[in-house]
Parts: sequence; structure tokens; C-alpha cells
Amino acid sequence: MRQEGIIHHATSRLLGLIPTLLVLITIAFFMIRVAPGGPFDGEKVLPPEIRANLDAKYHLDEPLMQQYFRYLGQIITLDFGPSFQYKDWTVNELIAQGFPVSLTVGGLAMVLAFFVGTAIGIAAALRQNTAADYSIMGIAMLGISIPNFVVAPLLILVLAVYAGWLPAGGWDWSIQRMVLPVITLALPAIAYIARLTRGSMIEVLHSNYIRTARAKGLPGHLVIRRHALKPALLPVISFMGPATAGLITGSVVIERIYSIPGLGSYFVQGALNRDYTLVMGVVIFYGVIIILLNFIVDILYSWMNPRIRFDEVM
Amino acid sequence: MSDSVNTIVDDPFAAAMAEDDVRGRSLWMDAWHRLLKNRAAVISGIIMFVMLLVVLFGPMLSPWEGDFTDWDNTSSPPSLETGHWFGTDAVGRDILVRTLEGGRVSLMVGLVATLVSLVIGVTYGAIAGYYGGFTDRFMMRVVDIIYALPFMFFVILLMVVFGRHIVLIFVAIGAVNWLDMARIVRGQTLGLKNTEYVEAARACGVEHRDIIRRHIIPNLLGVVMVYVTLTIPQVILVESFLSFLGLGVQEPMSSWGALVNDGAQDMESAPWTLIFPAAFLTVTLYCFNYIGDGMRDALDPKDHF
Repeated sequence: MRQEGIIHHATSRLLGLIPTLLVLITIAFFMIRVAPGGPFDGEKVLPPEIRANLDAKYHLDEPLMQQYFRYLGQIITLDFGPSFQYKDWTVNELIAQGFPVSLTVGGLAMVLAFFVGTAIGIAAALRQNTAADYSIMGIAMLGISIPNFVVAPLLILVLAVYAGWLPAGGWDWSIQRMVLPVITLALPAIAYIARLTRGSMIEVLHSNYIRTARAKGLPGHLVIRRHALKPALLPVISFMGPATAGLITGSVVIERIYSIPGLGSYFVQGALNRDYTLVMGVVIFYGVIIILLNFIVDILYSWMNPRIRFDEVM
Repeated sequence: MSDSVNTIVDDPFAAAMAEDDVRGRSLWMDAWHRLLKNRAAVISGIIMFVMLLVVLFGPMLSPWEGDFTDWDNTSSPPSLETGHWFGTDAVGRDILVRTLEGGRVSLMVGLVATLVSLVIGVTYGAIAGYYGGFTDRFMMRVVDIIYALPFMFFVILLMVVFGRHIVLIFVAIGAVNWLDMARIVRGQTLGLKNTEYVEAARACGVEHRDIIRRHIIPNLLGVVMVYVTLTIPQVILVESFLSFLGLGVQEPMSSWGALVNDGAQDMESAPWTLIFPAAFLTVTLYCFNYIGDGMRDALDPKDHF
């Protein structure tokens, strides 16, 4: 019954993603097209014949709706078309080149944030309202409040420029060059997760079944591990969706500061160059990732939470 | 008749009840007292008040103008002798004045964009929750859809497409930040619309629009205020993020994000150009977060959304 319910729930949620994706593509498409200035409005004015040829090549001479449906058709086959600025490159190739870098940094940051954040949160919850708790949470609040574009230059200044322990930027897939970007990206997420875990852990620790577990003489660490951990982590799980979106957004800044050739740098570059296809491609690509991850998190959450029932209309 | 009144007043239990009643009615005072007991929130509030005064009036008191270039003191470190307490940047502009003027812009963006999201979110949420049924389902479905979009990328898109005008920053950030507000307000409205006083108003023939305006929205204010305090730092952060990327406010106007960006460029030779604006920005965000937290605990002690 429950299994069926989850599958049913997942299918209906999955179908619900279709309008979201359509809206995503539509807004991105039309917003870019109403933008004043096209991709070929460079410093030098192109001769009209060449301009017409270029427009024809990229189908810019067609009516807007025709372009829109052509683009929709392309997207369905996962083809984002050629880049307007990086000649000889397709957007797919640019994404294929930039995304693995971004994924590595973002993925490592996510793993780091999850483990460090929950550990800190649990430690604080177990020492609720002590000086240790207050200072941990004060630091966590600082982690939320300091923007990562402030943390990054400060870390570079202290660890790279003054101390000289780590390279200040650049990318060659080596661990030394990953340390600073990953830590910078993970810090706000660590802080959020620590606060969430602390809150929910305190709530769980006050519940009756925990008191029962303690009363029957179970050692403290077992109470935490076997009984309290899973329910306390539920809010953290549901935070993973927004957290991903945050990490992806943050990566735009991080990649710029540390000069990492990830997808975020391509996006900012494309946005400044009015590279229509590249910008749309990245927005849609990241949009799909965020939407899918939110979906996975949602299903995971309902699967882990025994309180959610599926026999009612969701 | 007067006898029975006397007996009620004499009854200690009834007197206690009456006292409870009085406390129950002054919900706002109650919340205010709870807020005052929250030391972190009170200190943050005081710091923010001082910050506001300094940012507003500081530039007028300073001997320097924000765009004045002091060629005798370029990239000079903080010093009392030169009169540049926070030092100067590479073209000799006074960092103190620039930081304060940037603060005006950052705080203004925070307040105005939050106001935009407040107006859109409260109206939208109240309408959806009040009318219910198909209207509600449709409106909330729209919110769900927009919610799933990569919002920061759309703000960047908006800035690129329509140019970097300060008004657009307000609108762009506000326009994408109203979703949470709409959801929270809708939830609250669902609960409020079946209360007796709303039903009474409906029975008296008050129009829907007036019920929403006079009876629903005033009763939402507590929750909305909490959320506003939590939105302001988010908005300031988004603006500084955009300005840091070079997509936000433009010269000669400045904001903390833009100053941090400038500072990060020459931090090796002149770290003070980075540190002072960064500190102001961080302190502000820190304080707003604590005030928001404190207000949430004070206004609805149980409900944490």
C-alpha cells in the first residue's frame, strides 16, 4: 500500500514538472529576445548582406513564434544549438566542458556541508543553552550572514597571499586548488544545516519515545544514533533542494573569484556578451537540475517520513 | 444584577481569568516583552539603529565627498593624520564616505525591494487564500512553478536584458522574492477566513475586497512582519551579489557589494578597501538575521516555518 502510494505520488509529481519546465523555457526564451541589442551588435557594424546571412543561419529572421517552437523542438532533443559568441562551439559542448568542474566543486561542497553541518548541529543540540551551544550558533549565524564573495577574498588574502599555503585561484583538478573554493561554497550551507539540525534535534530529544529509550537504559550515543538521528535529519533532507540551488548560484561567484572555468563563469560571460543560446542553455540546464533535485528530495523526504500518508489526495 | 457582578469580581479565580483576558488582548505587548528579553535581538536592533543614523548623516559630517579624488593620498592606509579614517582607494577616494554612501544604497534596496515583495506577496496570498477553490489552486500552482525556477539566474537575466537601473534592481529582486510571502499569507488567510468576525462581516454584506483589506490583512501583520525582517537581509545580499558580479548598481553610485568587488581587486596592496565595506555589510546582515529570529520567536513561539 505504502509502496504503491509513493510510486503514485512520484508519478503525479513528475508529471507536474512538465508545466514548470515549459514556463522555464518560455520565460528564458522571450526575456532574452526582448533584450535590446543582439549578439551581432559589436563594435564594428557588419555589412547588411553578412548580417542577413548570419541572421538566416541562426534563424533570427523568422517570426518570433516560429523561432520559439523551433527552439522548443531542439530542447526536447537536448540540443541547445550553437553558441553565438564562442564560434565553432555548440552550447552542449560548452556545458559538457564547464559542468564537470562545477559539479565537482558543488558536489564536494554539498558532501562537506552535510556532514560538518549535521555534526555541528547535533553537538550544539546536546549542549543546549550552554556557552558552547551559544558560541556554535553565533558562529553559524555568522556563516549565514557573511556573503561568500566576502569570505572568498578574505580566505585568499590570509591563506594564499599572506601565508602562501594554497594557490589563490586557477584550476587543474588538483586538490590544492579545490580546497578554498569548496570550503567557501560550503560555509553558508554548513551554517544553515547546523541550525536546522540543532532545532529539530532539540525537538526530537524532547519527545516521548526518546525519553522511553533513555528510561530503559540505552546509552546516550545509541539513543542518538538509532532513534533520534533519522527524524532529526528530515528537515535537513528537505533543505537539500534549496541548498542545491544556493550552491549553484554561489558557484557563479566562486568560479569568478577563483577563476575556475566552470559553467557559472560561462553563464556570466554569456550574460555580459548577450550570447542568447548559451545563456538560455545554462538557465534551462540548471533549472532542470534544480527541479529534478527538488523532486528527488521531495520523494526521499516522503519515503523517510513515516508520518506522511499517501491515501489522501496530495 | 449588580450583585452578580460583585460576586464575579470577588472570586479570585474569575479575577485571574480576567487578568489573563487582559494579557490575551494585548498580544502585541506580549510579543514586544518577549522580544525585549531576547538579548541578541535587542543588541542587534540598537546596532542597526546606530548604523542607520551613521549611514544617513555620516556623509554630511565628513569633510570628504564620495567622488572626491585626493591625489595626495591614493591607496593610503587608514590614518587620523590624513583625515581618511578608513584609508583611500586607488584613485584617492575616501573609503569611509564611500562605505557610508554605499550603505545608503544597500539599505534602501533592502527596504524598497522588500516592500515590493511585501505588496505583491500579501495581495496575492490573501486573494488566493480568501477565495479558495479553483482560484486558490490555480494561483498556488503558479507559485509552485515559479518557485522551482533558478531565481538568481532570472534576476541576472533581468539585469542584463533591461539594463542596470536602480529602480529595476528594486523591481527585479522584489518581483522574484514574493513567493514565500504569498505562501505564508495564504496559509494564514485560510485559517482566518472562517473566524467569526470575518463571517460576521460577510453576513453584514461587507464586500470581499473590504473584508480582505480591513479584516484579513491586519490580522496577518504579525507573521508578515517577521518575514519582512528576514527578507531584508536576503535582499541586501542579492543586491550585493549582483553588484559584486558587476551587474548591480553602477558608478558613480555604489553599494556595499560593489565596494567589496572593488576592494577585492586591490586587496593585496590595499586590504582596507575590502575590509571596511565587507565588515559593514556583514554586521548589517548579521544583525537583521538576529532581529528576524528574535521577532519570530516573540510573535509566534510555536510556529517555525
